[in-house]
Amino acid sequence: MTNTIGDVEEANVILITGSNTTENHPVLSSFVKRAVKYKGAKLILIDPRRIKMEEFADIWLRQNLGTDVAWINGMMHVIIKEGLYDRTFVENRTTGFEELKVVIEKYTPEYVESITGVPAEDLIEAARLYAGAKAGAILYCMGITQHITGTDNVKSLANLAMLCGNLGIRGGGVNPLRGQNNVQGACDMGGLPNVYSGYQSVTDEAARSRMEKAWGVTGLPDKPGLKVTEMIPKAHDKTLKALYIVGENPLVSDPDLNHAEKSIKNLDFLVVQDIFLTETAQLADVVLPSACFAEKEGTFSNTERRVQRVRKAVDPPGDSKDDWKITCEIASRMGYPMSYESSSAIMEEISKVTPSYTGINYGRIEEEGIHWPCPTPDHPGTSVLHTLAFPIGKGVFHAIEYIPPAEQTDEDYPLYLTTGRIIYHYHTGTMTMKSEGLNERAPENFVEISPADARKYGFDNGAMAKIASRRGDITAKIRISSAAVGGTVFIPFHFAQSAANKLTNAALDPVSKIPEYKVCAVKLSRAA
Amino acid sequence: MAEQQNKINLNGHDFIFDPDETILSVAQRNSIDIPTLCYLKRTIPTGACRICVVEVKGAKSLLPACSTPAANDMVVHTESAPVIEARRLIIQLLLSSGNHNCAIRGSDGKDWTQFQLNVQKDDGSGELCPVWGDCRLQDLAYKYQVNGDKFPATEILYPMESVNPFIIRDFSRCILCGRCVQACNEVQVNNAINIGYRGASTKIIAAGDRPLKDSDCVFCGECVQACPVGALVEKESRYKVRHWKTDKVQTTCSYCGVGCQLYLHVQDNKVVKVTGVDDVPPNFGSLCVKGRFGYDFINSSERLTDPLIKENGSFRKATWDEALSLVAGKLGEIKEKHGPDSIGVLTSARITNEENYIVQKFTRAVLKTNNIDHCARL
Repeated sequence: MTNTIGDVEEANVILITGSNTTENHPVLSSFVKRAVKYKGAKLILIDPRRIKMEEFADIWLRQNLGTDVAWINGMMHVIIKEGLYDRTFVENRTTGFEELKVVIEKYTPEYVESITGVPAEDLIEAARLYAGAKAGAILYCMGITQHITGTDNVKSLANLAMLCGNLGIRGGGVNPLRGQNNVQGACDMGGLPNVYSGYQSVTDEAARSRMEKAWGVTGLPDKPGLKVTEMIPKAHDKTLKALYIVGENPLVSDPDLNHAEKSIKNLDFLVVQDIFLTETAQLADVVLPSACFAEKEGTFSNTERRVQRVRKAVDPPGDSKDDWKITCEIASRMGYPMSYESSSAIMEEISKVTPSYTGINYGRIEEEGIHWPCPTPDHPGTSVLHTLAFPIGKGVFHAIEYIPPAEQTDEDYPLYLTTGRIIYHYHTGTMTMKSEGLNERAPENFVEISPADARKYGFDNGAMAKIASRRGDITAKIRISSAAVGGTVFIPFHFAQSAANKLTNAALDPVSKIPEYKVCAVKLSRAA
Repeated sequence: MAEQQNKINLNGHDFIFDPDETILSVAQRNSIDIPTLCYLKRTIPTGACRICVVEVKGAKSLLPACSTPAANDMVVHTESAPVIEARRLIIQLLLSSGNHNCAIRGSDGKDWTQFQLNVQKDDGSGELCPVWGDCRLQDLAYKYQVNGDKFPATEILYPMESVNPFIIRDFSRCILCGRCVQACNEVQVNNAINIGYRGASTKIIAAGDRPLKDSDCVFCGECVQACPVGALVEKESRYKVRHWKTDKVQTTCSYCGVGCQLYLHVQDNKVVKVTGVDDVPPNFGSLCVKGRFGYDFINSSERLTDPLIKENGSFRKATWDEALSLVAGKLGEIKEKHGPDSIGVLTSARITNEENYIVQKFTRAVLKTNNIDHCARL
């Protein structure tokens, strides 16, 4: 997030898109609901489902799946045409405005309606509302990123925020809501194929030689590595021979699971380090048992870049160990001794080699976490990014054209499927499904369908349906719900035994290599 | 005009206050204890319980400190004789209605046993109140040395509700302070519960007086954390967890990216309860159903306890030494034979920063590949 969670309550207008906030980030959603109900903020929701947040929204735009660039361009078209944009911000803080204008020109509300299904007058109203805000916050989640145009979608939201001068101010910002406790930290720490910790590029010779010096090694690789969605096909064609997987369960979370499973089985050697014998661990040659969050010391970085302490409350079961100790032992046995006294000692090394974490140490975050960038030990941390300038100087407008999703409905597969989470479970369910109470509330998979589609396909509530895509099929219980809009069904992806990702499309965003989980074509029939 | 002097006198001392402050907030800021029951931070004070009444010079009656704005030259006494008298009366009334079997309730010695037996029957437990020693009403009764003898016990109108997996609603111990309603409507804004019926029949109800499981409730448990007495208690830890037997450890939630600060309550090396840490960002005490009630996995019997090595298609337990040597040997061999880029590493959005750093360092410095990623994309 460019801003903080608390900042949401400072916004005059909140625009939420591609985030089922009350289910996936319940505590954060309460900041939005309070802002709307008690502080007079206006809420614009753009989502293909009539989610709970719709009850709080002043405007709900229902876009066709995968048409986000179009409605964002449409809003900018209206804002520019009506002269509602922030001229000072655009002139002083950005470049590329003229190029943007050229591309935006054809995205009239009527043209956008023909792509997105959003009525022209609703789009105009939403554009005026967002542009008129003193501080407007954009919140988004995987509904924006999990498309072949995920990168385009995010850049488009940044365009919209810059156009209205909503960056670098309290209550504004472009705010991705991170779905996992330490997804921010995993990125910050260089758990990515192209960067070391602190987003220092592996292709930057200076960065590479700094790391070589700090680590006492030579010959660090200078080309970006493979992304997870590229590793799987390489495993399939046997050019990737071994995988060391720490705390991940790709056999439920990856797209097109049938293909992913075959690929992983093709590996010569698979090591899985986890707290449970997950679907993925079952395929491993060696399984290493690790400690969970309640059993270790460390830090997580949350979605607002706040580095917070994790503390040991109980002993890990049996012989299981801290993940870092296991990895250090493997390293040492491969001839590179790695040993640390404690997690705090590792943080000391992190702060030495990571500019954005330089000022962070355990002593400072004992009571309350600190937002990075925190460049010095007496720096208070940075709650709002880009207040004076962007890291690259001026913010760049990216002129982006709309591209349709990779898969369309047709006669054989007439319904769109979109996937997501529900409040009672988490990701692949390895943790939440150990709780009887959560299982009681959400015991099994379902397919959410509109009353009209249920009638059309002859399904009663609770009937078992077979859902098939071009890649596979699963069965799930019919849940007739007014949250669904005709023509689109929804399935949560938590349930391994009826995995939604057997259906999803592995088509990738060309830049981020994120799969298009949010759009594919399916057909429904009665389960045998 | 001279600048407005914002000065208030509490118990003989002058204090400066901000324009929006109440008597209670000035007192709290200056460590003057005014007892509260219904007052809930971050919500609009209702003044319902009147336990926070104070004497304000010139006022005809005692005023609730939580909802009375501080005013210039106001003179306030927070523990004067009339104030204490009023508070004693309120506590006596609250204690006389319901199953407050903490012995503080008092009796003339004759009906205590029968009362206790009745409560035990209602409760299904032979123990004293499930929140004994962790109850605001009990604290206040001690502080003001009162019991419930003065008034006849009132009838318990509503049976306990336990038909959901997480929360026991014990109406016999509810003092109708309304904090749960505020927690639900003003803090979490889930709008699942409200005050229903009237007068002596008043009850906290969900969705036209249905069980929580059939209402808009999403079991965030904000109401349980807000309840000052034993009316709302976590089902799993009720009677099993006593706060004097547990340690509290502050940590960060391991579910979504909000990073809520929570306390793990530990008893006998087991996490037995979770509560939110009040007053600290980002969540200021709030949690969701997963953070508050989804901790069973920690102590699950399915946790991995030993390294496993697969032989002939099935796993066998191995020593760390054996497993680590096998991994190091195999990875070294593959690196040697097929080159560093024939190996990939998936680190995790679930493990700590320190661990992620170590995994990427291992991947780059030891395996000599940049093939490292995690499931941010998935």
